[in-house]
Amino acid sequence: MMFNRPYSAPTACKTSGTDLSGWLLACIITTLALFFAGDAQAQLRVDISGAGAQQYPVAIADFSGDAAGSQIAEIIRNDLTRSGQFRLIATTGSTLNVDSPIAFDEWRTRGADFIAYGSVIRLPDGRFEVKYRLGDTVKRGPLDGFTVSGNEKELRRMSHQIADRIYEKITGIKGVFATRIAYVLKQGKTYELQIADADGQNPQVALRSREPIISPAWSPDGARLAYVSFESGKPVVYVHHLTTSKRAPVANYKGNNSAPAWSPDGNTLAVVLTRDGLSQIYTLGANDGSNLRRVTRSPLIDTEPVFAPDGRSLFFTSDRSGSPQIYQTGLEGGEPRRISFNGGYNISPRISPDGKTLLTVTRRDGTYRIASLNLATGAESLLTDGRDDQSPSFAPNGMQVLYAAIQGGRSVLAGVSSDGRVRQTLSVLNGEIREPTWGPFSQ
Amino acid sequence: MSRIAKALTTAALAVSLVACSSVSLDDKAGAGGAGGADGSGILDPFNSQSILAKQRSIYFDFNSYSVSEQYRGLVETHGKYLVSAPQQRVVIEGNTDARGGSEYNLALGQRRAEAVRRMLTLLGVSDTQVETISLGKEKPKALGNTDADYAENRRADFNYKR
Repeated sequence: MMFNRPYSAPTACKTSGTDLSGWLLACIITTLALFFAGDAQAQLRVDISGAGAQQYPVAIADFSGDAAGSQIAEIIRNDLTRSGQFRLIATTGSTLNVDSPIAFDEWRTRGADFIAYGSVIRLPDGRFEVKYRLGDTVKRGPLDGFTVSGNEKELRRMSHQIADRIYEKITGIKGVFATRIAYVLKQGKTYELQIADADGQNPQVALRSREPIISPAWSPDGARLAYVSFESGKPVVYVHHLTTSKRAPVANYKGNNSAPAWSPDGNTLAVVLTRDGLSQIYTLGANDGSNLRRVTRSPLIDTEPVFAPDGRSLFFTSDRSGSPQIYQTGLEGGEPRRISFNGGYNISPRISPDGKTLLTVTRRDGTYRIASLNLATGAESLLTDGRDDQSPSFAPNGMQVLYAAIQGGRSVLAGVSSDGRVRQTLSVLNGEIREPTWGPFSQ
Repeated sequence: MSRIAKALTTAALAVSLVACSSVSLDDKAGAGGAGGADGSGILDPFNSQSILAKQRSIYFDFNSYSVSEQYRGLVETHGKYLVSAPQQRVVIEGNTDARGGSEYNLALGQRRAEAVRRMLTLLGVSDTQVETISLGKEKPKALGNTDADYAENRRADFNYKR
C-alpha cells in the first residue's frame, strides 16, 4: 500500500431529479472502510448528501507512472466532491500523463469543462515527484501546472495541495483541502485532542487526558492550539505548541478559565474568567498570560468571545437580556450591541473570514441547530436540521462549516456548505467527536 | 425552616434538628438516607456519617440558578459549619445537564455555584474559604439522557478541601 491509510473509492453516486438548470445533483457518496492505523483503530465513514446550486463539471484522470497515481486522483476527486461545487466526469478508458496532448473537444463532448491529469515519479531516494496539469476544455488550453514532491507519508497532503490548486483555478476561491482540523475524541473515560486533515484522515493525538478537554482554538498561524483542560480538577486555559508539544497554562485564576479565542495577529487571547464572580470576558497575552484586562462588565454571563476579522471588536454570548444571545463589543469597553434576535437561545458565535456572516447555535423547537446570520441584512438561515448540532466553525475560505452533530445517539463530525446546500458526515465509529474547529490556511 | 435556622445558630449543637431538617430535604433518591440516629449530627465533612459528607448536593430546576426553598436548610447547615471552622476551605462545583453548548453550560454551572456561594456569604462565611468552579456538562454524574438523568446533573456540590 502506497499510503499509510488504506483507502477505497466512493461506492455509489446517485443522480436524481432534473432541475431546469441541469446542474442540480443529489449525490450520496459513501466511502467505507477507511481504517485508521493508529492506536484508536477507529473507522471513518464519509457521507455526502445535498445539492449544490452550481457545479463545475471536471474530469480527474488517474495520474500515471506509479501505483500511487490512481490514489492521488481519488483523493483529489473526493476533495472536490465534498465541497459540493464540482461534478465529476468519468475518465474511463483514458490514459494520460503529464505530457499527453489533450483532446479538448473530446473531453468537452464528455461533459467536462476542465480536465486534470499528471504523472508520478518515484525518485532514487524513495521520494515521490508529482506533476499535475489542469486544462480548460472550453478555451482549449492549459490552465495550471504544478510540481510537488515529498515522501510516502506526504502523498495525501500533496494530493490535497493539488486539489486546492484545481479548486482555486476554477472557482477563484482559495482551497481548504490541505488545511487541518482539531477536535476532541472521547473514548470511554479518555479524552484525546486530535489534529486531522480537513477530510478527517491522518489523525494525530496532540494530548491525551483522563479529564475533559473543551474549546480548542487555532492560533492564526496554525502553530499553536489554545484549549481548556480539566486535568487539575477545574477548567484552565492552556496554549500548546504543536511542533514541540510544549504546553503551559496561560489563564489559571481562581474559579473557571475557559473559552479562549485568538486575536487575528496571534498576540492576544480573549478568555472567560470567573475570578470576579460570574463568567466575564478578559484579554491577556497569548505567550505568557500577561497584561490581563477585563473587557465586559455585566452582572450576568458573558462568554464565548471571538474576535472580528479586523481584531477591533469581539462577538460573544450573554444572557443579559434574560436569554442567551449574541452581542458585539469594542475591546475598549462601551455598551455592547445585540446581534441575534431570533429565538430564545443563540450561543457559540463564529464570524466568517470576510466578517459578513455570523454562525450561531440556536435552539428551535427543542433542537439545537446551526444558524447563519447575514450581519448586513439580519437575514437568518438554518444550515442544519439535526437534534443537537454544536460547535460550528468556518473553513478559512468561508465556504464550509464544520460542526458536531448527534447521529444515531452519538456525537459525530459533520460539515455543511455555507449556503446550507451540501452536508457531509465524518464519523469516527469508536468514539464521540466533540468541539471540532477548523484550522487556518497552511502557511 | 426558620425554626431550624434559629436552632442552628451555634454550630456545635443541633444534632436532632439537623436530622429533622434533612428529612424534609431528602426527596432525592440516594441523597444519603438523610439523618438517622447514627452520627449524622456530627458536623465533620470528612466523617462519612456526617450530614456534611452525606448531603453535599444542591439540586436546581430546569433553567434555574437560584437555591430553592427546599435546599436552603442544607446550605445553612454547611454555612454554619464553615463559620465555625474558618480554616476550612470548600469548592462549590456547579454542574448542568447535557443540553446546549459546552461553554455556555460552563457559565450556567458557575451561576449555580455562585448562587450557593452568595448564600454562604450572607450566612457569614468568609470569601477566602469558598472557591466556586463549574464543571458545566463535562462531568455528568448520571450518564443517560432521561429527564431524571438531567435532573440529577443540574446540581452544585460542596467539595471540602483537606
